[in-house]
Amino acid sequence: MTDTAPSSLSKYSGGAGAEPPRLATPSGGAKPLVQRHPSVLIFIGCLALFTLGITILAEGFGIGVISTSFVKTLGKTLCLCLVALAMDLVWGYTGILSLGHMAFFGIGGYAIGMWLMYARTELIVVESLAQAPLPPTPQEISDGIAAQIFGVVGASEFPPIWAVAHSLPLQLAAVVLVPGLIALVFGWLAFRSRVTGVYLSILTQAMTLALALYLFQNDSGLRGNNGLSGLQNLPGLGDVPQSTVSMWFLWASAAALGLGYLFCAWIVSGKFGSVLRAIRDDEARVRFLGYSVEAYKLFIFTVTAVIAGIAGALYYPQAGIINPAEIAPIASIYLAVWVAIGGRGRLYGAVIGAAFVSLLSTWFTGGQAPDINLGPYTIQWVDWWTILLGLSFVAVTLFAPKGIGGLIVIIERRTTPNRHGADLGPDPGALREKEAET
Amino acid sequence: MSTLLEVSGVSVSFDGFRAINNLSFQIGQAEMRAVIGPNGAGKTTFMDIITGKTKPDAGRVLWGDKSQSLLAMSESQIAQAGVGRKFQRPTVFEDQSVADNLMLALRKNRSPLSVLRFRASAQDHGKVAEIAQEIGLEAALHRKAGELSHGQKQWLEIGMLLAQDPQLLLVDEPAAGMTPAEREHTTALLVEAAKTRAVVVVEHDMEFVRRLDCKVTVLHEGSVLAEGTLDRVTSDEKVIEVYLGR
Repeated sequence: MTDTAPSSLSKYSGGAGAEPPRLATPSGGAKPLVQRHPSVLIFIGCLALFTLGITILAEGFGIGVISTSFVKTLGKTLCLCLVALAMDLVWGYTGILSLGHMAFFGIGGYAIGMWLMYARTELIVVESLAQAPLPPTPQEISDGIAAQIFGVVGASEFPPIWAVAHSLPLQLAAVVLVPGLIALVFGWLAFRSRVTGVYLSILTQAMTLALALYLFQNDSGLRGNNGLSGLQNLPGLGDVPQSTVSMWFLWASAAALGLGYLFCAWIVSGKFGSVLRAIRDDEARVRFLGYSVEAYKLFIFTVTAVIAGIAGALYYPQAGIINPAEIAPIASIYLAVWVAIGGRGRLYGAVIGAAFVSLLSTWFTGGQAPDINLGPYTIQWVDWWTILLGLSFVAVTLFAPKGIGGLIVIIERRTTPNRHGADLGPDPGALREKEAET
Repeated sequence: MSTLLEVSGVSVSFDGFRAINNLSFQIGQAEMRAVIGPNGAGKTTFMDIITGKTKPDAGRVLWGDKSQSLLAMSESQIAQAGVGRKFQRPTVFEDQSVADNLMLALRKNRSPLSVLRFRASAQDHGKVAEIAQEIGLEAALHRKAGELSHGQKQWLEIGMLLAQDPQLLLVDEPAAGMTPAEREHTTALLVEAAKTRAVVVVEHDMEFVRRLDCKVTVLHEGSVLAEGTLDRVTSDEKVIEVYLGR
């Protein structure tokens, strides 16, 4: 190849001049999102069909084949899929292995739970005081609510963090703002100090552990280990049966997941997604390109914390109860396991992983899975499920790093080879075997 | 000719080892400079200091007409100010297409919010295609950078630097692992680039340096040993001693 050396430069320009160069092939950019990412349309379609199917089969508005409790399980699963999307954005795309995102999920749950509990207790207190000879003063009502809510932890006054619990709009704002602000402050401190990799993971674990331990205290203002309960009862809608309420939440969760998917797809498509994946693959190089890596990480960390908060706010009214154990470090590790099994770096992978693993977990731990009798020992899935999950996590990490989502890619490749007719051989003048031998 | 970059009296040590020792260096607005030196002379550390990766213990690094200090700036700010760097090992984003790699490097607003709203215009695509043509990768625009050969990756990285449109290009051993044909092409690209901007090439290979035909700075033990044309520095007693004496 050395004999072509002097013509190397002209050869390229000549070759391009002979045929019109493929100038301005708009591979991305101009086309709408769904056209660039057909998976978005497929996903939204599947989600809509699923929701419609459940609506028809469930008790609330349909024929009643599916029980209300299962509808709630499915609704909760959709919320877990949403938080898995957030995890995929922060881990799969940006490479930040956050093991603290379930803390934001829990905070979202607490934020909505405070209003649910306050408003419902208020109705009960007002009703019970209505029998009194004198109309109750606002202070009496407030004291009554506080005594009802905090009696269990031996307090009878509202802690400062309940200041806006009476207002639904303000607590809804808290669902978004509190996780967002915590993530912003935490992320700013961590990313500014260039904490990366496993150290960042440990730091996020410490964050979620600290939060859980704080909430376990009776004087944390959130009822200690009792948590908030009765969240499935919507204030003022006591007459509406749970079968109907469960459908409302299923729809809301499906809508949130659909919108979340669209939002995440929008973020990861285009140049922003390109920067994120570049940060994941070589952070230092991105810095030398002039991108402030810390700002991008902080942005994605905060945005995903907000998504997690919203998912939590939809999850806990369906679960009915939230307590600090939900924020325990293990919850965030499970989240990472779902995304890993589903396939990180692909949005649908995260959703598949979260849905698949969490439903399977419900099945195994719900006592429905038949125990395996091995004679001297019986495998009880309630206990063994975690071990099975751990083993599958190890297996996926070792043998199928792309997870379940990777299977879809394999199928895609089989049908449409991803070769665009470009030359696949080495470039002219590249080191060939012949030269390597000399 | 006005000075673009002025490094004066810079020192840095790692665990007591003086990697850079009272180093001073200047380069003009449109100038090619080769930096040579034996292993451990501090060539890479020198680049690390300019690009903000390493903060020196002492000295000044001044940039541009306004004599801004680069020492107070982060890596990304320095890059935005107009310093581009090519690493010895080609570092391109292998998981992304050649076009995406170039688009990432294209000189644009780098803040997260403006990148989020960014839509590549026909002009941007045109610019990417133009650079791809310049580096001989126009047919590979939509292939993943990871599929490219070693030499092509080197060029892609040079292309990314060109897309970044820096005023100062720092190039670390651009010809490493290239065939003679590829070297020829690389030399042409660098010489062309040096017509409009400052280019600093760190290189081991004397033959490559000779082709660049520019002023040479010899580093030794963290400071400048000699400076001048290649012929002059190679006939310098001290340089000969450093290169051949031990």
